[in-house]
Amino acid sequence: MFLQEVTGVAHPLTATAARWMWALPLLPLLGFVLNGALSIFSAYHAGPADPGAPEAHGSHDVTGGGHDDHHHVAVRHRFATLTSIIGPGVMVLAFGLAVAIFMAMQRAGPELRTPFIQRYYEWMPVGDLHIDAAFQLDQLSMVMILVITGVGMLIHIFSVGYMQDDPGYPRYFSYLNLFVAFMLVLVMGASYPVMFVGWEGVGLCSYLLIGFWYLDKANADAGKKAFIMNRIGDFGFLVAMFMLWANIGTLEFDGVRGQATALGSNVVTWICLFFFLGCTGKSAQIPLYTWLPDAMAGPTPVSALIHAATMVTAGVYLIARSNFLFALSPTASLTVVVIGALTAIFAASIGLKQWDIKKVLAYSTVSQLGYMFVGVGAGAYVSGVFHLVTHAFFKALLFLGSGSVIFAMHRAYHATHNEDDAQDMRNMGGLRRYMPWTFVLMFVATLAIAGIFPFAGFFSKDEILGTLFIRARGSTLADANWLGIPGGIVLYACYALGLAAAFMTAVYMMRMLIYVFFGPNRSGERERDFLGEAPWIMTAPLIVLGVLSTVGGWLNLPESIKLGRIGLLDRWLEPVVGESTLRITHGAVPKVNLPLEYVLIGVALAIAVAGIIVAWIVLKPADLVPKREAKPEEGFERVLANKYYVDEIYDDTVVRPTVAVSRDLLWQGIDEGLIDTTLVNGIGGSKGIARIVGKIGSLLQSGQVGTYAWVLIVGVLFVLGAFTIR
Amino acid sequence: MLAESLFFSAVLFTIGVVGVLTRRNAIIVFMCVELMLNAVNLTFVAFSQVYGVGGQVFVFFVMTVAAAEAAVGLAIIIALFRHRQTVNLQNVNLLKG
Amino acid sequence: MNGFLSSIGYDRWVLTALLTIPLAGALVLWVQGALGGRSGGADPRTATDEVATGVARAPRVIALLTFLVEFIVSLGLWWAFDPSDPRWQFAVDHSWIPAWGARFTIGIDGMALMMILLTTFIMVLSSLGSWTYIRTRTHSFYALMLLLTTGMLGVFMSLDLFLFYVMWEVMLVPMYFIIGIWGGERRIYASLKFFIYTMVGSMLMLAAIVYLGLAAKNPMNGIPTFSYDYIMRNAAVSPRAALWLFGAFFMAFAVKVPMFPFHTWLPDAHVEAPTAGSVVLASIMLKLGTFGFLRIAVPLFPSAALNDTVRSIILGLAVIGIVYGALVSMVQPDFKKLVAYSSVSHLGFVMLGIFALTVQSVQGALMVMINHGISTGALFLLVGMIYERRHSREIAAYGGIARVVPMFAAMLTFVSLSSIGLPGTNGFVGEFLVLIGSFKTVPIFTVIATTAVIFAAAYLLWAIQRILFNALSKPENEHIADLNVRELLIMAPLVVAIVWLGVYPAPVLRRMQGSAERFVTIVESRSSTAYAGTRGGVR
Repeated sequence: MFLQEVTGVAHPLTATAARWMWALPLLPLLGFVLNGALSIFSAYHAGPADPGAPEAHGSHDVTGGGHDDHHHVAVRHRFATLTSIIGPGVMVLAFGLAVAIFMAMQRAGPELRTPFIQRYYEWMPVGDLHIDAAFQLDQLSMVMILVITGVGMLIHIFSVGYMQDDPGYPRYFSYLNLFVAFMLVLVMGASYPVMFVGWEGVGLCSYLLIGFWYLDKANADAGKKAFIMNRIGDFGFLVAMFMLWANIGTLEFDGVRGQATALGSNVVTWICLFFFLGCTGKSAQIPLYTWLPDAMAGPTPVSALIHAATMVTAGVYLIARSNFLFALSPTASLTVVVIGALTAIFAASIGLKQWDIKKVLAYSTVSQLGYMFVGVGAGAYVSGVFHLVTHAFFKALLFLGSGSVIFAMHRAYHATHNEDDAQDMRNMGGLRRYMPWTFVLMFVATLAIAGIFPFAGFFSKDEILGTLFIRARGSTLADANWLGIPGGIVLYACYALGLAAAFMTAVYMMRMLIYVFFGPNRSGERERDFLGEAPWIMTAPLIVLGVLSTVGGWLNLPESIKLGRIGLLDRWLEPVVGESTLRITHGAVPKVNLPLEYVLIGVALAIAVAGIIVAWIVLKPADLVPKREAKPEEGFERVLANKYYVDEIYDDTVVRPTVAVSRDLLWQGIDEGLIDTTLVNGIGGSKGIARIVGKIGSLLQSGQVGTYAWVLIVGVLFVLGAFTIR
Repeated sequence: MLAESLFFSAVLFTIGVVGVLTRRNAIIVFMCVELMLNAVNLTFVAFSQVYGVGGQVFVFFVMTVAAAEAAVGLAIIIALFRHRQTVNLQNVNLLKG
Repeated sequence: MNGFLSSIGYDRWVLTALLTIPLAGALVLWVQGALGGRSGGADPRTATDEVATGVARAPRVIALLTFLVEFIVSLGLWWAFDPSDPRWQFAVDHSWIPAWGARFTIGIDGMALMMILLTTFIMVLSSLGSWTYIRTRTHSFYALMLLLTTGMLGVFMSLDLFLFYVMWEVMLVPMYFIIGIWGGERRIYASLKFFIYTMVGSMLMLAAIVYLGLAAKNPMNGIPTFSYDYIMRNAAVSPRAALWLFGAFFMAFAVKVPMFPFHTWLPDAHVEAPTAGSVVLASIMLKLGTFGFLRIAVPLFPSAALNDTVRSIILGLAVIGIVYGALVSMVQPDFKKLVAYSSVSHLGFVMLGIFALTVQSVQGALMVMINHGISTGALFLLVGMIYERRHSREIAAYGGIARVVPMFAAMLTFVSLSSIGLPGTNGFVGEFLVLIGSFKTVPIFTVIATTAVIFAAAYLLWAIQRILFNALSKPENEHIADLNVRELLIMAPLVVAIVWLGVYPAPVLRRMQGSAERFVTIVESRSSTAYAGTRGGVR
């Protein structure tokens, strides 16, 4: 069936459950097809045979699409039950398979040093370019697969409740399933092009899901913005691939890893930088992050899955996967660290002043992604991936929790026909009395993200900052220069930025918690009667995520906190990233300096706690008023609330000029003006040169016989003369 | 003898040409064309004195053609007159372009 | 399958049949029209709606059947073609005009094979697409389409330069009429512009062909010869002359591609042409220009193509076309014009691929030619469908119609994604191969061209957002009919092709590999005579 199995020595995973790994993306793809068919064929009414006839028109039954602002069509879809089984069902199956494969990998244990590759067929065989459709399974992709299918499964189940009354129910699940399929292709691809298929595919699904309620222009705009900004990053990804092939001649991960050292250091740096451009697009780092907050226009479970747990982490995965390239280029790695750190603090500062609950979480995601990039940039690949995993847990929990809150607010506003913004924190308050479960879980998640012991975020964030500090003391990065500044100083500076961002994280997350769940309720007297806990189908996944956010830290306990088996993730990922990590640390396994470790941990913890306390003391929920009565911000607060006006700057400096130049200069000026009017019509048109010459020539045709006779005589004389003179 | 005849023919021919080029009335133009043809006839006869009877034979050809051409040409002028009510050549410029 | 084909002697008659079946169809149409009565004269004021009166039923069925037969006959080529054989396949060689040395020589290789299949495939779909679009003088329309088919196929198959030129010109006249009679408001201007523009280039090409024919003339009796193989091997042409001849061919083909700045006929022609006209124009006729470069201009004059200045200019124009086409596309208010400019952009990729001169980039260029034919053909068909309903091509006339016509919306979105080059669709394969192949030899041009992926997403997504999404603000859009069964039937094979070529393009690539490799070899060896011996002439 397959083009070839792994040649040579049989891989330890050959005869295990891993041989079914091709079914992992195929299951959600099947879900996409089935749900998509349900969606489109329930909405499709065949048109008349002659659409051009004057009486031809469509049916009057206008369904499926989504509600616009004012007319909520809350109608349960015909095929909702069937979709509820297919959509989450394929995810459950996929997760089950993922677990089975994971156990097979566990059993294979330490023999698993090389990836398990299955080649299916030749995708683009052209001369010496061989790009095969192939998947690979190794420890890193397994981590990602478990996160994607596990958290994805929970979010699918949550969506059954959240989207229950949406007329586009099957369409939603088909897109969501397609997303998971593409994401799995992304992490399972055995080469950069196959990964790119998943890379762009998730961008497509993101576009479709952000603009899910497309009748509202703002939603459609947000989707388009996301896709286009992603594409700017994709440009980088593509160029990096071209450079790789032109220099090494292979695009498979295994092949590149083997020959990476053959690349000149300049070439490697450029390849890594171009890949990183792709990462900034996909993972919303500076300068291509502005699409992520806008992406909150999509349904909240989409924000949870795509814009928190999985798609945006694709950039981190890319760098972790390309560790052999980044480890060879200290300059590129330093760039990643710097951008990551800057993004972390920049986004955190904006989050301090956002009022929409989802926007707070969006900027928080951008900020946390910055941390992950700091991790993988500093050569702490395990730390970056660790934070990716824990972040998936608590950020998904936060988003789904906010989804429950928004669900309740929507229900309340629906019932009272209130037009206010259901997502604005100023319209909430004191919700812990009405939604106790959600409150507890959100609190857990807040502690996790702030980095409080013993929750998951504490371990992962601390590990990143700690490793960063250690790299600053001695590594290839510290030895290198970044734009003239010594690497060590850059790394220390980023460490400081990281701490500052951690402080802000604690503050704005606590702020969110306080404004939403504490203090008096600002939703309105009549609305209060309708506020309540979400259905169990939505709260159950929250509980699972809550548990994971609590115990997730045990995945990679550091030596300084021996509460169980230490460094599980370290050992798991060692075959994939170990070599590169050693290259960065000058080949030496850094000795654990326990006193330093405790100091670093202490500092991080203290900052987090300080943030929480500051927020608790300074922020007074009682001072808030509902959104419609709120005064606009002033001064620096206004700058923060308007996100430093970056969107507006981009619009004015990039978007508008491009459109203006295209329209006025290129189209009207050159195409219609220069080429068409001047050249084409100037030559051949009704006022052109051809006509003018023709007009002059036509003077000869006077229609006068006499003139013709004269010409004839003159000609005869001329010819006779010529003959005579000859 | 020959020189005088040729001179005479040349003069007649030239008068004919000038007439064709300058006269406005189509019928006068035709008369001038006839004049030209006859001048040519005279030339042929003059030369036949020297070179043999072939020239006189050719005169007959020319006369026949002249007659046919006069008939057709006058028919065209009559049709033209019916259409445009004029035989003034300066007004007949339908082919102007 | 191969056994069956050889048992009917397929090799010998297939190409001739492909040229004559459309002519036969046109003949049947003429007879049926004369017997069955069609709507009166050439006066547009008395033309009746033949679709409503049923007069159109016979001609469109006859035409469709002819095209289907044509397609099925051509399908056999897919299996019968032998990718490993370097000679011309299915070749036919007859004497035609001995006094001029023009012979009727036709044959195909890998790239011609795919172009022929694309042509017959698209013609079936465009005849289906005109079912209710063409409402007057239907007999003439379908007859012209059939003639057009013969012309286009002839160009792809010709191995004799004189025949090539004749077929090239045969294409022009039906297209001129199709645009001029059944087109939009400015159709006369558009069709004249198209005709004259193309003619100017063709005239230069004719001069070049005559020169070549004479240069290769038989020394014994002085009769010129136009045989492609013979000229490749034996024509004695000085390097300076080669440059001029290349320039002449360049002018003819550059107008057709269309390359910037010779592209301005395209937006007008596309906008004013009826749906089927636009589809054929975009899907097939544009490819004739690039095919001309691949078959004639470059292989016959490799030193001219390798000349640094010439190459830089052409690559520069190609890249300008890619970016310029994309940017101008973005600001068009008319959707058809938007797609027209996007064709300029896509064909720029093809030119980049050809002149980057690596096997990967040439294969990529060929793939883009096929893919563009499918995706842009699909886009034009969809535009035609919505035009039949609402009689407007202006993007601003729509908005939010995804709710009313979900199937149409799904199709339009999918086809747009293919045009944007989403991996998994056909568009990605071509663009990727072109770019990765070109990067090896002309990296800077390639990087600039890669930025076009951003702009492509921008112009198409913005356009379909304004058409399909946003609020359903106009009441006249609320009752548009969705696609009917026939229209689904048109779109289905296109969708299948898009997915198949995106996921599993290997069979197509394998068939074209040989011709791509030969192309690169000829150019790299800087002479077409180095090629002698491997091509044993006509089989």
